[in-house]
Amino acid sequence: MSNSESTAMPDSPQPLPGARADGTPVSGTAALPWTRLLYWSVLRELWEARWIFIVPLIIVGVVLLGFVTGLVRVPLPLRGDIKLSALPPQMSRVLEAPFEVASAVLMGTYFIVALIYCLGTLHGERWDRSILFWKSLPVSDTTTVIAKASIPIVLLPLISFAVTVFTHLVMLLAGSAVLFVRGIHVAGIWAQIPFLSMWAALLYHIVTVHALYYAPIYGWPLLVSGWARRAAFLWAALPIVAIIILEKLVFDTSVFAHMLRVRLTGGPAADSFTSHGNLNMHVPAASFASHGGMMLQTPTLANFTVFLTSPGLWIGLAVFALFLLASIWQRRRQGPI
Amino acid sequence: MSVIEARGLRKQFGATVALDGIDLDIPAGRILGLIGPNGAGKSTALHSILGLIPYEGQLKVLGCDPWQERDELMRDVSFIADVAVLPRWLKVSQALDYVAGVHPKFDRAKAESLLAKTAIRRGSRVRELSKGMVTQLHLALIMAIDAKLLVLDEPTLGLDILYRKQFYDALLTDYFDRSRTIVVTTHQVEEIQYVLTDFMFINHGRIVLAGTMEEFETRYAEVTVHPEHLTAARALKPINERQVFGRSTLLFDRVDRRQLEQFGNVRTPGIADVFVAVIGNADARQAGG
Repeated sequence: MSNSESTAMPDSPQPLPGARADGTPVSGTAALPWTRLLYWSVLRELWEARWIFIVPLIIVGVVLLGFVTGLVRVPLPLRGDIKLSALPPQMSRVLEAPFEVASAVLMGTYFIVALIYCLGTLHGERWDRSILFWKSLPVSDTTTVIAKASIPIVLLPLISFAVTVFTHLVMLLAGSAVLFVRGIHVAGIWAQIPFLSMWAALLYHIVTVHALYYAPIYGWPLLVSGWARRAAFLWAALPIVAIIILEKLVFDTSVFAHMLRVRLTGGPAADSFTSHGNLNMHVPAASFASHGGMMLQTPTLANFTVFLTSPGLWIGLAVFALFLLASIWQRRRQGPI
Repeated sequence: MSVIEARGLRKQFGATVALDGIDLDIPAGRILGLIGPNGAGKSTALHSILGLIPYEGQLKVLGCDPWQERDELMRDVSFIADVAVLPRWLKVSQALDYVAGVHPKFDRAKAESLLAKTAIRRGSRVRELSKGMVTQLHLALIMAIDAKLLVLDEPTLGLDILYRKQFYDALLTDYFDRSRTIVVTTHQVEEIQYVLTDFMFINHGRIVLAGTMEEFETRYAEVTVHPEHLTAARALKPINERQVFGRSTLLFDRVDRRQLEQFGNVRTPGIADVFVAVIGNADARQAGG
C-alpha cells in the first residue's frame, strides 16, 4: 500500500492511538491458496449431500442379496473342479453375469444420483437461505460452482469405480463361501472370470463416458438449479421436450433427439466396445436383453485416440464450459428464494 | 479514509427505486444504526455494501468495489444478513472446521471459547438447535473473525429479549474495540440505542437524517408536560405530540433544555419516537406539497 519512501518521511503524520484503521485503505488481507478453498468447498458438498453415499450402498446391498440368493437357489449338478464352459447356462448366468449386472446397475445409479445432485445443489442453498452464510465467507462464486460441478464430474465417477470394485470383491467372497459350502472348487471358476481387464475397462468407461462425455448432461441441470425458483426438474426437462416436439412438428426431423441418444449412450467412447454386438450399453432395454449386464472389453490405445479426437467430446466439453460460466455468472446475482 | 464510502448509490428493482442515490461516509470505529421502515432500502444498502447485488453509482468498502471483489472483501468484512441462515444439516464441529478452512482471519480458539459459554454441543446439527442457539453459534463464528467491518441485518429477529440482550452485550464486550466498524439494522431500535455511536434514518431509498448519537442527544428532547403548561409548550413548536396515560408528551428539536425544564422532566427521547416524528412530518410535507 505505502512504499518505503513515504514511510521513511519524517514529517508523515503518525496515526492517532486507537485509530489504526484510519488513514489508509484497510482491506488487503492475503488470500488463502485456491486449492484450500476448493478442498473445503468440496468437503462441505459431501457433508451436505450424504445421500450420494448412502443411496448407492443400499443398491449394493440389494445386488449382493440377489447374487447370494441366486447362488444358494440354483441347482448344482456337479461337484469338484469345473469349468465355466462346462456349466449349464443357468449356472453361468448366476455366476458370471451378476458381476456385469452389478457394474451396470451401479453405473446407472450413480448417473441418476449425479443428475439429482445437480438439480438440487444450487437450488438448495437458495431455498434454505444458507447462500447468505456461504457468501459471507471469502470464497468466490467461481470456486463454489467448480466445487459443485466436481461432484458429478470427478468425485462420483471415482467413488462409483471404487464402490463397483468393492462390490465385485464382496461378491467374490460371498460367492466363494456359498460355493464352498456346496462342494465346488471355487478357485478354478473365479480364475476364468477376467476381473482385472473387467476393472480396467470399467475405469476407462467411467472416465470417458461418465466424467468427460456426460459433462454437458450434468452442466445443464446445474445451471437450471441455480435459476429455477421451484420444480428445477421440470424446468430442466421442459426445453429438451419442447425442442424435440418443435423439431418434429416444424421440420419433421429428430436430430436433437438423436444427439441426446448418442450422448446418453456414450457416443465415441462406447463405439469401441462392441461386446456381444451391442453398442448401446446404456440403453437398459438393449443391454439387459442381450446378456443382462454390462460387458466391457478392455480398451486399446486406438479406442482412446478415436475418443479423444471425436468432435462430440470437445463440443460437449465446450457446452459444459458455457453452462459452468453461466452458473457462475448467475450465482453472483442470486440470493435466497 | 472511510470504511464505507458511497456517492450517488442507487438501485432499482424493475420500476421500484429501492435506493435513490445516497451518499455515505462511515469512518472506522463507529457503530452505525440504519433505521427505517420496511421497504425503506436498508437491506438494499447493506446488500450493496456486501457485494451481494449490483448497483449504480460509486461505492468503496475498505477500498474495494464490493460487486467486483466480494470474495476479497469478505476477508475483512463479516456479516449476518439474516437470522437462521446457517444450513440445517451443518454440524457445529463442521461449521468450525469449514470457517477455519476458508477464512484467513478466523481464530478457532476464540470461537471455541465463545461456544463454551453456551449450551451448544459440538456434535449437534443446526436443525437440532433452538433459534436462539443458532444465533449464538453464528455470532460465535462471526466474532472469532478479526474483521474490520461487521454488518448486521436484523440479526436478532424472532429471538426473545434474553437472547437479544446477550447478543448485543457480547458484541460490545467481546468484539467491538473502537477500531472495528459495525453497521446494524433492526426493528428493535430501542434496544440498540445505547449501543450506537451513529444513527441514520432511511425512508423511500433516501437518507432522511444522519448524525452521531451525541448530536442526537443534544438536539432532541422529550418532555411530559403538565396540562397547564401545554399551550406554552406547544408554542415552542414540538415536532411530535403523543398521549401517554392522559398526559401529553412533546418532542422537541433544537430547543434549549433549560427552557423545557419549566414544563416538566426533560428526557432524551427514544430513537424510534424521533424517527416516527421526522419521517411522519416528512411524509406529511410530501403529501401536502
